[in-house]
Amino acid sequence: MIALKGIDKHFGHHHVLKNIHFHVKSGEKVVIIGPSGSGKSTLIRCINLLEKPSSGEVHVDGIEITAHKAPVTKVRQSIGMVFQQFNLYPHKTVLENLTLAPVLVKGVRKEEAEETGMKYLERVGLKDKAHAYPAHLSGGQQQRVAIARALNMHPKIMLFDEPTSALDPEMIQEVLDVMVDLAHDGITMVVVTHEMGFAKQVADRVIFMDEGKIIEEAKPEDFFNHPKNERARLFLSKIFR
Amino acid sequence: MTGPFAWFKWEALFAEWTVFGEGALMTLAASMLALALSLALGVMFGVMSTSHWKIAKAISRIYVEFIQNTPLVIQIFFYYHGLPHLGLSLPVFSIGVLGVGVYHGAYISEVVRAGIQSIPKGQREAAYSQGLNYVETMKYIILPQAKRIVLPPLANQAVSLVKNTSVLAMIAGGDLMYRADSWSSQNLYYGPAYVTTGILYLMLCLPLASLARNLEKKAEVHA
Ligand SMILES: Nc1ncnc2c1ncn2[C@@H]1O[C@H](COP(=O)(O)OP(=O)(O)O)[C@@H](O)[C@H]1O
Ligand SMILES: [Mg+2]
Repeated sequence: MIALKGIDKHFGHHHVLKNIHFHVKSGEKVVIIGPSGSGKSTLIRCINLLEKPSSGEVHVDGIEITAHKAPVTKVRQSIGMVFQQFNLYPHKTVLENLTLAPVLVKGVRKEEAEETGMKYLERVGLKDKAHAYPAHLSGGQQQRVAIARALNMHPKIMLFDEPTSALDPEMIQEVLDVMVDLAHDGITMVVVTHEMGFAKQVADRVIFMDEGKIIEEAKPEDFFNHPKNERARLFLSKIFR
Repeated sequence: MTGPFAWFKWEALFAEWTVFGEGALMTLAASMLALALSLALGVMFGVMSTSHWKIAKAISRIYVEFIQNTPLVIQIFFYYHGLPHLGLSLPVFSIGVLGVGVYHGAYISEVVRAGIQSIPKGQREAAYSQGLNYVETMKYIILPQAKRIVLPPLANQAVSLVKNTSVLAMIAGGDLMYRADSWSSQNLYYGPAYVTTGILYLMLCLPLASLARNLEKKAEVHA
């Protein structure tokens, strides 16, 4: 479903991703963890080309999107992304946030997009907020709307970049609950998070990154109980302190 | 010896009030057309200056720097005296609209650029991640948000623009300032002529200025 082949990324002189090979099968849930600045965001943003790799290939659903004239906007329609800062459209109501892209870029009829939109809002527990503006919602509510917004495009893949890191502690669980629920759907998920409970519960695989490289890759129980790599051990001991 | 504001001078002015009325209408018409032109140019060059396309950015930069760093009067004289040598003679009214529109377009371009840049980059990323292209992202996500920030300084630009149409007087443009100049240079009734002219400009500009203040207040409430 997703294949990164030999990805390098430079920001000026800064070598941020170093020869990354990363594959995700259809329906697989992968959690990426690692210290701040290790390149997790850059990696996940290469999957939908928000970040353009300096070299290497990105394949999504059989299409090489790094190729010249690849249908990037088309492929992005099938990849939902949830950001740390929510990034809801503040000038649109909650429901308009959900319907804008389906109507505009997928040509879905407005009534249909609203109908499926309400269904997803119900699923994330925010049906009653359909006509509110994002500024009137709590952080946890905004992030659940952001998830519903991504889902209303009916994506095959969902990317999450630290979706709970900007939230007050009491709001983290409501967002994780939605993500766990979503994981049961069989959708392909790539999640950057330090929520170990979530990783243990849903991840098929945990990837540990450090200094622009993937340095460990294991099933969650193996990774958390017996990390092989010294830096991974150090990192885990800091988180669980 | 009579004073500069002697009553008979006012009487002469009231008798020929249409001179000033027509001038005010001319100024209003030139202002509206120049404003439309400057908005079109300002949005276009403002958007270009934030694009990743280097040529578009460079063109926008050159336009803004060139226009902002030369006096408006010289620009007007260029259209009036210079363009005919290049085979293009425009009527004075068109020169006024063009000159003032192009001049304020450069300032509005900077206002629009600042407005676009004040929108967090997460907005663009969210739109791109959903499959919107550059134009759709600008049109539906970035510009509507930038509009709220940009409106108060735009209304202030409109005030300056109305006042700056008075450069038309320098090329016999038939605007309010020109009418006041020519009327009073014949009869030397400068006092009433310029007081009246000032009041007429005030009547054109005050509503715009208070609009700007209201928009600013609104923007603060929303922020
Ligand atoms: N747009 C950018 N320009 C320059 N450097 C960047 C940019 N984005 C990220 N970096 C740098 O790349 C490195 C990896 O960043 P990031 O992928 O955000 O790490 P993580 O998400 O693991 O914290 C960091 O050192 C960061 O400063
Ligand atoms: Mg990050």
